Amino acid sequence: MSSSPIEFKNPVLKWVEYRLPVFSFIDSSVGGSYPAPRNLNYWWNFGSLAGIILAVMVATGIVLAMHYTAHVDYAFDSVERIMRDVNYGWLIRYIHMNGGSMFFICVYIHMFRGMYYGSYKEPRELLWIIGVFILLAMMATAFLGYVLPWGQMSFWGATVITSMFSAIPYVGDALVTLLWGGFSVDNPTLNRFYSLHYLLPFVLFGLVFVHLWALHVHRSNNPLGVEAREPEDFIPFHPYYTIKDLFGMGVLLIFFLGFVFYAPNFFGEPDNYIEANPMVTPAHIVPEWYFLPFYAILRAFTADFFMYWPVAWLMSAKLAGVLAMFAATLILVLLPWLDTSKVRSNKFRPINKQFFWIFVADCLLLGYIGAKPAEGNFIIIGQIATFYYFFHLVVLVPLIGILERPKPIPESISTAVIKSAE
Amino acid sequence: MIKKTLTSVLSALAIAGVVSTVSTPSQAAGGAEIPSQSWSWNGPFGTFDRAALRRGLQVYAEVCSSCHSLDLVHYRDLGNIGFSIDEIKAFAIDYEVEDGPDDEGEMFTREAKPADRFVGPFANEQAARASNGGAYPPDLSLMTKARKNGANYIYALLTGYEEEAPDGVVLMDGMNYNHYFPGNQIAMAPPVDDDYVEYADGTSTSKEQIAHDIVTFLAWTAEPELEERKSLGLKVMIFLVVLTGMLYGLKRKIWAKLH
Repeated sequence: MSSSPIEFKNPVLKWVEYRLPVFSFIDSSVGGSYPAPRNLNYWWNFGSLAGIILAVMVATGIVLAMHYTAHVDYAFDSVERIMRDVNYGWLIRYIHMNGGSMFFICVYIHMFRGMYYGSYKEPRELLWIIGVFILLAMMATAFLGYVLPWGQMSFWGATVITSMFSAIPYVGDALVTLLWGGFSVDNPTLNRFYSLHYLLPFVLFGLVFVHLWALHVHRSNNPLGVEAREPEDFIPFHPYYTIKDLFGMGVLLIFFLGFVFYAPNFFGEPDNYIEANPMVTPAHIVPEWYFLPFYAILRAFTADFFMYWPVAWLMSAKLAGVLAMFAATLILVLLPWLDTSKVRSNKFRPINKQFFWIFVADCLLLGYIGAKPAEGNFIIIGQIATFYYFFHLVVLVPLIGILERPKPIPESISTAVIKSAE
Repeated sequence: MIKKTLTSVLSALAIAGVVSTVSTPSQAAGGAEIPSQSWSWNGPFGTFDRAALRRGLQVYAEVCSSCHSLDLVHYRDLGNIGFSIDEIKAFAIDYEVEDGPDDEGEMFTREAKPADRFVGPFANEQAARASNGGAYPPDLSLMTKARKNGANYIYALLTGYEEEAPDGVVLMDGMNYNHYFPGNQIAMAPPVDDDYVEYADGTSTSKEQIAHDIVTFLAWTAEPELEERKSLGLKVMIFLVVLTGMLYGLKRKIWAKLH
């Protein structure tokens, strides 16, 4: 479907369009002139949902910043002032607080969707890689933001995570001092975290822009994984996917605001309603739920973990854990090349489909372990799950691609759709 | 078959994952399981029982406030739960706050006004510890949110004392035995007992009733927005369900042309 620029009748639109073609830009980006595969299912809603949440987070964040005081003596009280005395401050803050969880829910589903349907494969490798960096930027932003209310979990979470960097040889301690702006998590830390927490969302916006740019070059993948080519494979984005995304937004808002109004602290830790106290360590320091799988990988690396043995002569177990944690995300950058199969969609990959779900289960298991204290069987299970995470991506994915015999693939989207309609 | 097994394993895991993330202990182990009470503010239509709030304020003022502060609450906030301005002024006037400096540059004390925060019992943490055998009675403003299963936990704690520690448990000097406190040893002496207060409205003054009233009051100090939140939530939910239903209808209509 070739897109010819649309004509505008309204003289004002015409006048603007002639000088700045903003309306045809919109039309070719999310309008009737942007062709999308006709068979996208509801798993394709989560990208736009993540984008909507990003906008909500920025809007509520700007208002919160007007009332927040980034100082160790006032931060906790200023948040409580927002909750008690600022008009609808409780609403704005609960939206922002739960919005973080919603963002990660949408992005994780979005990523698993990409993995299931092979959306990362040629020619969409860069689109996928930019997405991995979006995830990293989100994680940094979320971590920084969680420190700002200056509760016990804010303080101790910040202490644990920043201390990780001390494992880096030679420069580690200097780096941690730089992060802290001193010799412990203190007022300078809070100030720079606040500054960076306000900065990073704009970096996110930039990354999302590039992500969408890359998306618009080769357009969406689809559940069949067969490239849409024929005109009848496509439908215009507007009105078909605009209305579908709007409906998805309605469902998301019911879910999202259901938590905001009826269980606003469901995703939170009670300890964060205790003001930060450097003299009292909480019994269990746990990160927010969306970091738990990575936290489990970090903690899996003990001196007697077999994945640590090959590098034991080179580094401490702590450093190995830190590297493994970052590698767990960064390895996804290589996924387009680790996956040796030419077939995109798991619809036609019976073996890989099973292993995909086992991988999802493994990620959930890691999340479960991350929430548990590092003791007894939890350590062993965490280590096995950590091993499997990397084993799946580095060994199973390439091997299955070579050994598996995929099911026959339809010639085009339209033939498959018409066939299924008959 | 494999798919079915996988799906059930997955959903079990997913549920376990969700449950575990919300039930991560914020307390050390060692407390007994906490029984649930029925609270007027539970559920989507819950509101605070106004009479219980008044009794709870009385319990706070007569009992808790000798050790515990309530720093995040202002006297004026009582206006949101049915106290008249005269009642609030009369309540605040019993407390003294330091103000100033005056025109001569001197600090002075005056009676508290509705705009002041609840006046705490101690000037600072050191003074509080000095008066309490080294223990620091925490601020109560957020207590029901700052503990897992907060309201039930505090109720259990207040009513969970044992005069004598069970055999084999040696209490440290100045400590008390409590079934629900992590580690079972708590510095706070049993704070409520039968007839500790006298209620003007004739409500029973059993220790359970007193504990119930103070927990109701503390739930309000922790979540003063709760009633507004739930009533606004209902309107928003009705709006969203209707809107989403209409969007779904529109989606069906638009997509019907395709099929």
